[in-house]
Amino acid sequence: MNEPVIVADGIDLTFQTADGPVHALKGVDLTINQGDFVSFIGPSGCGKTTLLRTIAALETPTGGALSVNGMTPDEARRARAYGYVFQAPGLYPWRTIAQNIALPLEIMGFAKADRMERVERVLELVDLAGFGAKYPWQLSGGMQQRASIARALSFDADILLMDEPFGALDEIVRDRLNEALLELWARTAKTIGFVTHSIPEAVFLSTKIVVMSPRPGRITDVIESTLPRTRPLEIRDTPEFLAIAHRVREGLRAGHAYD
Amino acid sequence: MNAVLPVLVVLLAIIAVWYVAAWFLNLNWAEQQLAREGIEPTFSALFHNTMTQERPVLPAPHQVAAGLYEGLFGQKITSKRSLVWHGWITLSATLAGFVMGTLAGILLAVGIVHNRAMDQSVMPWAVASQTVPILAIAPMVIVVLASIGVTGLLPKAVISAWLSFFPVLVGTVKGLRTPDQMQLDQMRSWNASPSQVFWRLRLPSSMPYLFASLKVAIAASLVGAIVGELPAGASAGLGARLLSGSYYGQTVQIWAALFTAAALAGVLVLIVGWIERMTLRRMGLAR
Repeated sequence: MNEPVIVADGIDLTFQTADGPVHALKGVDLTINQGDFVSFIGPSGCGKTTLLRTIAALETPTGGALSVNGMTPDEARRARAYGYVFQAPGLYPWRTIAQNIALPLEIMGFAKADRMERVERVLELVDLAGFGAKYPWQLSGGMQQRASIARALSFDADILLMDEPFGALDEIVRDRLNEALLELWARTAKTIGFVTHSIPEAVFLSTKIVVMSPRPGRITDVIESTLPRTRPLEIRDTPEFLAIAHRVREGLRAGHAYD
Repeated sequence: MNAVLPVLVVLLAIIAVWYVAAWFLNLNWAEQQLAREGIEPTFSALFHNTMTQERPVLPAPHQVAAGLYEGLFGQKITSKRSLVWHGWITLSATLAGFVMGTLAGILLAVGIVHNRAMDQSVMPWAVASQTVPILAIAPMVIVVLASIGVTGLLPKAVISAWLSFFPVLVGTVKGLRTPDQMQLDQMRSWNASPSQVFWRLRLPSSMPYLFASLKVAIAASLVGAIVGELPAGASAGLGARLLSGSYYGQTVQIWAALFTAAALAGVLVLIVGWIERMTLRRMGLAR
């Protein structure tokens, strides 16, 4: 269970811009184990999204070593090691929900019968059974984001990377989806990387919280959560939860000390 | 139904202005004619003359309507005096040119979007091709093609395609580039090949832009076909009809041909618009 799947060793990432180099990531060390739920939290510009994109091989580090499933990130991408959920659902309006979820399966060359079977299974997993024939505009924002999570799950990658997937949703919907996500994580035993800027969300979901700070983007604290894996929403009122949230807040404040 | 009244008012205003203009523009000739025939130039005699001249400077609306009716319905459609026959000649060149121009525009756009070198090398030439007056190019195209034995429909279609490929090119390039970085990253995360990105993302995304430019292109195709009929003294087509009308001072014939061309363009744009609505509705891009 505790095999390391993502190992970062001193990663640097510098973007060359017209205004000179921007240090998006500097000296990032991190180990994510099989079955972890890891949240990346920090103010905007701290490189949390960049770190997730680096793991997904959507960005290439300019220094350091990074391995995913024992491969380079790009090899892992080609081996379809991860499903990526973006901030917006990004569903195609000309495809039904089922066809949208089948899109990566078509691209990866799954047979038609297999595609249909998988679409049904992941729709059920995100609680959207029966909505396959609908078009995206017929669904609410929360349902669309669930469909996009289903799409990322459809090809059975062991790693699920999520970049502020619930950032655009209201708090009530967000709570529902957070609970559903924990349930899904418990059922599928996936390793999840989750970018957020909400402290309660990070603490509620994660087994490990990575606190980051900007200029240059770096990790200031890594908190191993002491909360049990099964968490009702009410856990957010326990002293244990509040203690972890407090430590996250302290970490964020420390990162800003020099401002 | 609320639109009927304003549309009628505008239409009536145009016809009224036209009648007034016809009176003033034809008055000079009417006065000369009445003087020659020794008729008292009363208002009613002058008015009657300005509205019924055989070769008026500006024919009155009812004369054009009569000429149009005569041209469309008063002849066998195989007759050389029939506007249906001439219209068909022009329409066939228009459609051939439209298909050629659309294909060329789409193919060039695909190349431009996928190849940086083409992006930098093709676009300036495409723009340059449109800044040269088509009236200057048309005779050369006709002559060059005739010298290698190509006459008839094809030279006109080439000129028509010359005008219609450009809007398709610009619209399709814009359309193929609409997918945002997130959608492209998404495709990359699935390790999609460039052709999968094209067929599944870029092409469907470009449809609204493609159709908008097809409407411009079909009208431009018609203009190109008519211009292609002007230079070589062609004997068939709406362009030839315009030209022979101006040789012999048959202004009614010119106006009738003009109105036929305008109506044809309107119908063609309507048809493209209808296909657009059907397609986009099926794709869930229009509601």
